[in-house]
Amino acid sequence: MSPEIGHYALVLALALALIQSVVPIWGAKQADAVLMGTAGPVALGQFAFVALAFAVLTQAYLVSDFSVENVFLNSHSAKPLIYRISGVWGNHEGSMLLWVLILALFSALVAAFGRNLPLSLKANVLAVQSWITVAFLLFILKTSNPFTRLSPAPFEGRDLNPLLQDPGLAIHPPLLYVGYVGFSMSFAFAVAALIDGKIDAAWARWVRPWALTAWMFLTAGISMGSFWAYYELGWGGWWFWDPVENASLMPWLAGTALLHSAIVMEKREALKVWTVLLAILTFSLSLLGTFLVRSGVLTSVHAFAVDPERGVFILAILVVFIGGSLALYAWRAPMLKQGGIFAPVSREGALVLNNLFLTAACAAVFVGTLYPLALEALTGAKISVGPPFFNWTFGPLMVPLLVVMVFGPFLAWKRGDLYGVAQRLTWALGLGVAAMLAAYATTSGGPVLAPVVIGLACYIIAGSLIEVAERIQLFRAPAATVWSRAKGLPRSAWGTAFAHAGVGVMLIGIVGETAYRQELIVQVRPGQTVSIAGYDLTFEGLFPEEGPNYRDVVARLQVGEGGVPAGVLNPAKRVFTARNMPTTEAALKTRGVSQLYVSPGDPAEDGSIALRLFYKPMVLLIWIGTLFMVFGGMLSLSDRRLRVGAPKPAARRAVAIEAAE
Amino acid sequence: MTRKQRRLTLIGLALGVLGIAASLVLYALSGSITLFNSPTDVVERAIQPGQRIRLGGLVETGSVQRGEHMQVRFSVTDGRNSVPVAYTGVLPDLFREGQGVVVEGLVAPDRQFRADSVLARHDENYMPKEVADSLRQQGLWRPGDPVPGRNAARETGTR
Repeated sequence: MSPEIGHYALVLALALALIQSVVPIWGAKQADAVLMGTAGPVALGQFAFVALAFAVLTQAYLVSDFSVENVFLNSHSAKPLIYRISGVWGNHEGSMLLWVLILALFSALVAAFGRNLPLSLKANVLAVQSWITVAFLLFILKTSNPFTRLSPAPFEGRDLNPLLQDPGLAIHPPLLYVGYVGFSMSFAFAVAALIDGKIDAAWARWVRPWALTAWMFLTAGISMGSFWAYYELGWGGWWFWDPVENASLMPWLAGTALLHSAIVMEKREALKVWTVLLAILTFSLSLLGTFLVRSGVLTSVHAFAVDPERGVFILAILVVFIGGSLALYAWRAPMLKQGGIFAPVSREGALVLNNLFLTAACAAVFVGTLYPLALEALTGAKISVGPPFFNWTFGPLMVPLLVVMVFGPFLAWKRGDLYGVAQRLTWALGLGVAAMLAAYATTSGGPVLAPVVIGLACYIIAGSLIEVAERIQLFRAPAATVWSRAKGLPRSAWGTAFAHAGVGVMLIGIVGETAYRQELIVQVRPGQTVSIAGYDLTFEGLFPEEGPNYRDVVARLQVGEGGVPAGVLNPAKRVFTARNMPTTEAALKTRGVSQLYVSPGDPAEDGSIALRLFYKPMVLLIWIGTLFMVFGGMLSLSDRRLRVGAPKPAARRAVAIEAAE
Repeated sequence: MTRKQRRLTLIGLALGVLGIAASLVLYALSGSITLFNSPTDVVERAIQPGQRIRLGGLVETGSVQRGEHMQVRFSVTDGRNSVPVAYTGVLPDLFREGQGVVVEGLVAPDRQFRADSVLARHDENYMPKEVADSLRQQGLWRPGDPVPGRNAARETGTR
């Protein structure tokens, strides 16, 4: 397919998006069903054209059409098939196209499955979505056209950055983008509600599945990115408080708060105005993240090209959407009717606390990320705010949140019984204390706080399990009753338990890795043996190897565990031939959930090599915990009461909710 | 509880959490920020020994000396001045002579810079933004030079 077709498809999509951003909303204002009805088909058409453009670019990558500049800059004919595909979004232009594709996909989903939405709400939502699409399509066509031709066409491409040639990074951006862009749905619903001037529990019931979907993908994306950094970059860390990481963490924190406040709104018709604000803020933070990563204003090590034109364009998008939606909020929010009274000690009270701490933590990350930029803009001073800042602010704000998190699901709506809940949690508290003492007794070294956090994590896991156990009357009722109660328990309750337990699992991984890791940097000659954490590693020497598009210098290490041979580790220094770019390939040995991590330095002329050895206890629990969280989200999403587009009639719904209490 | 009481409780809670967050932020900001300096700043403005800074510039061509036990000495230059740096540990993959680099550490009393981490970005055209800015100030950056950092990813060497 010719790249010009792709370019033309984008222009047509822009034309459709312009129609969609005006006509339906005008129709909603005039209460004209025909005008409102245009939104659906136009959204589907828009998605079809963006998808066509994306297919054209993918095709150009597949056949290595180097007459397209974007393909020339980021691909190579010797590249394996999967990286030829992932190369499409492994660069600025292609990744923005993916961004718009996902945006258009979400619009198309509303158009296709939004039959139960009130017609005017659906029209408004699709129009608002389309405003975003227009902005980003203009951005692509004006500053980042992926279909620019090169003449004469070069014979060979410049290859994809070798660090991105990894399965982890092939799927990481799509996951992250579905998360980022997914929150545009809650944004569009919020703005549509503000335009309408009315909002109710049904609104929350509509928004929550979309927010949950976005949240799941964002969680998976962040986790994947962290795992990739851990095994691929060779520095042995999994989180650096890098601005680009923060750019994805901020919408995650706000989105997590949104998920929880939407529950309060759905069940108790309270926190309406706050939920709408959170929906706006979450997507604003997604946009901010895009701006930070794409504009080059950051000194982050991930940031893309320094290009003032792009930066200014995205900044303009940012100002229009964040400024515009907040102004609309200030103007219209007072018209939304508040409802629902509650006591501080109640389920909703716990969720309010959750929201307070999550947003405060988000604000702390925000300050740490943007303060250096603001300071440089205002005074010219260049500073860097490093991991200590975030550990000092983010950590303490998370602790009360984690304590409240366990209490929340036990508390009743309206008014809870704190003492009663504490009694029911005795086992969890006891287990936490026991775990803390056990951790204190069995570990040496590491900070004093580490056993406390391990205790906290075990208390969280136990608390989540006990909550489910109580509801299905485990150990109290006959097995058959337990089984039927377990089957009857709403999936969202299982989801909550899984997601919360996942946080505890992740916490154990984090503490294990940071507090008890062992680290050794040595220079070894062939034949020399080094020991770490009960492993003996004998360096046998350096061996050159050839890959499809790279050359390796492999350091071969025989591993012994207590004198018994336990395999070979092959960390390598790899040079990608097309760009003459070196990378470090760490070698990992997994034992349960702990890992031995060996990363090579530069080989010296005398045949010796510097090695960085890490023993990372429990490290895999970090990502296993996030998998639990995502799985919990999936369970919740599969709950019939939450199914997208199927709000039940009021009477049946009331019964279902009562049964769930 | 009346509506008014509830609202007051909420506002009180929110203010409390905000207060905690603000004080944590202020405390952390006072203790953990690091100033960025160019070699010229270090030489001319007499940075106090013992103060933690980030030093950015180019690795001076011909200055890298490797010693025993992963000791490395090199100079960081911005074209006008250069600062000798000592570092022990594994260097990042793209640490090369003539390339941009950011090192973090302290100025020792002998005016030598003791780095405890070396940052380089993972791209052949890479130049840290601060370094590019400071070179531009010195008039050593030409617009035709390779554009800094495309698709760059993190790489650090930390002792």
